[in-house]
Amino acid sequence: MQRLNLKQLAERSHGFAPGHRACAGCAFPSIIRMLLAAGADYDLVIANATGCMEVVTTIMPYSAWPVPWVHNAFENAAATISGIERAYRALVKKGKIKSTGKPVKFVAIGGDGGTYDIGFQALSGAIERGHDFLYVLYDNEGYMNTGIQRSSATPMYAHTTTSPSGKVIPGKQQPRKDLTKIIAMHKPRYAAQASPAFWNDLVKKFQKGLEVEGPAFVSVLSTCPPGWGTPEDLSIQLTKIAVETRFWPLYEYEDGYWKVNYKPRKFVPVEEFLKPQARFKHILKRPELVKQLQEEIERNWEELLWLESRKPEEE
Amino acid sequence: MEKDKFIKMALTGNEAYAYAMKQINPDVVAAYPITPATEIVQIFSKYVADGLVDTEFVPVESEHSAMSACVGASVAGARVMTGTASQGLALMHEILYIAAGLRLPIVMAVVNRALSAPINIHGDQSDTMGSRDAGWIQIYTENADEAYHSVIMAIKIAESVNLPAMVMLDGFIISHEMEVVNTLPDEEVKKFIGERKPLYNLFDFQNPITVGPLDLQDYYFEHKRQQMEAMFNAKKVIPEITKEYNDTFGTNIPAFVEPYKLEDAEYAIVAMSSAAGTMKEIIDEWRSKGEKVGLLRLRITRPFPYEEIRKYLAGIKAVGIMDRAETHSTMGGPMLQEIKAALYDLANRPRITGFVFGLGGRDFDDEQANTILTMVKEMKDGKELPLYSFIGVRE
Repeated sequence: MQRLNLKQLAERSHGFAPGHRACAGCAFPSIIRMLLAAGADYDLVIANATGCMEVVTTIMPYSAWPVPWVHNAFENAAATISGIERAYRALVKKGKIKSTGKPVKFVAIGGDGGTYDIGFQALSGAIERGHDFLYVLYDNEGYMNTGIQRSSATPMYAHTTTSPSGKVIPGKQQPRKDLTKIIAMHKPRYAAQASPAFWNDLVKKFQKGLEVEGPAFVSVLSTCPPGWGTPEDLSIQLTKIAVETRFWPLYEYEDGYWKVNYKPRKFVPVEEFLKPQARFKHILKRPELVKQLQEEIERNWEELLWLESRKPEEE
Repeated sequence: MEKDKFIKMALTGNEAYAYAMKQINPDVVAAYPITPATEIVQIFSKYVADGLVDTEFVPVESEHSAMSACVGASVAGARVMTGTASQGLALMHEILYIAAGLRLPIVMAVVNRALSAPINIHGDQSDTMGSRDAGWIQIYTENADEAYHSVIMAIKIAESVNLPAMVMLDGFIISHEMEVVNTLPDEEVKKFIGERKPLYNLFDFQNPITVGPLDLQDYYFEHKRQQMEAMFNAKKVIPEITKEYNDTFGTNIPAFVEPYKLEDAEYAIVAMSSAAGTMKEIIDEWRSKGEKVGLLRLRITRPFPYEEIRKYLAGIKAVGIMDRAETHSTMGGPMLQEIKAALYDLANRPRITGFVFGLGGRDFDDEQANTILTMVKEMKDGKELPLYSFIGVRE
């Protein structure tokens, strides 16, 4: 696998056209560029779930996409790519497709609503059937396209328009679904969690996910300034703090083994991640709630280290 | 093909569907089991396992994903088929509109079954009647033989106008009943349907396309207008392809409607699917007693054949319209309403009443048929009848 430096990344990611309508500070255009850079060795075909990304990149008659791209509906990106991938096989078998010489790779993209919630079944089914595809989740922790509603990716105590911080209830009452682990338990060829701030790690994960034959899954944290109530120029920085606080650990699951890709050297309290975000403003004055979030982080981290402790060479 | 050189096979409706699919040999089939259509996917899986077809079979985890995968595969240029019934079709509902809106010639074999609740696995047409505005061509067949030929024709019709098509037969009554089916040799089917020629190539990586973009106030209406134009074109293409099929193979399949003993009829029945077969028998009995009664079998409901309906029903004094589905509008079944609308501005329009019968697979028998004929005859003779009646139900 070729390790890409920033200059190479910039060269390889060209083609995702400017002029798309993503909000200032939205993290996912950077994620797409890194995906296209990682995929430049292949001919990519993309199926995109309904959501912000679909809406802002393809407003008829414009398209920001430099590769074949299909949008079907909200909950079925994984089923759609299943059909495309099998159609490709069938048409190759009949000699109806001319190869450009590059291998063809299939990618499905969805936000957290389209992946954790409404598209969960289709994704689970597509992985179980073993289709050759990479599923890229951009996780901005809520239904941002419809105006910031809670999803099962929304962190506990976050304020959204359907989990508002009220006089009695302080935001969302449940911790987030641990989706990457749930996907890993399907035993795909590859599953990982990544952050755009750690671009080297992210690109490598996209490369791995594309390289394997069979299902792969990469979940990427994606800042949403209007949804999180954060300044636009802090977006990438926040995805760094999320990793430093271990709110969003970087890890991967490969051939049955777990690896934590980044272990922060010094302890950074979760407040550092919460403070710049308006959606957590109401709990900053309530240390007992912040403490709960910190405890959840510690539990998850311990679990990850425990999973990682089973090493291939020990068997 | 030399005429009447059919290969006679004893097949159930589901077997006839699956056998037609085998001969069509589609590139991709994505399907999910559901009673009473399960056999279609079961039999087809065996064809795949035995290497009798080249098809990539996608055994999806739901009907929603079945239709979603069909859309993906069809966008990719494949010839795509699936089959379902009832709740399965209802679960696909969202994606039916997308298949039509993206102009994908997917062909689906549907076994008509009642919708829940109460749950019921038997035949009525509430499932596909609920999908009638989804933008699919809808073909209702009377028996297994017609279902077999209709599926083959549907491929050519759908691909000629770039619209999806669904072919229907009645759950259990036809899907599980064995009858003689006049099948064609494989090579004749292959020759008739030819190859799919998609308008765009998703795998042309030098010229990448974007499919399914956000289409707002400035373009959506034009795209919907074009989609409607395709349905207008379907009205022209369906009789042409049906004629070509009949001329080539010596079959006698009607295109939109089948008139039965209507020439001198004073009153008539409109019926669909297997119930039309039963009604023909009873009409024969009434004819032998000197009654001037006939039947119009409605075979294709989308596009709706209003010209043909006007042509055959104009001047008839009284018409009874049979629906094996409800609209819950209190205005009668779906075909009653649509046929009435088709006839409204005819100067010599018939008097009309509707009948809702056979819900949840209740048998349609000669007693019910006689009741319907008696009521329509009385209406012909001047009796006032209600907007519509329920036939064969305990009140």
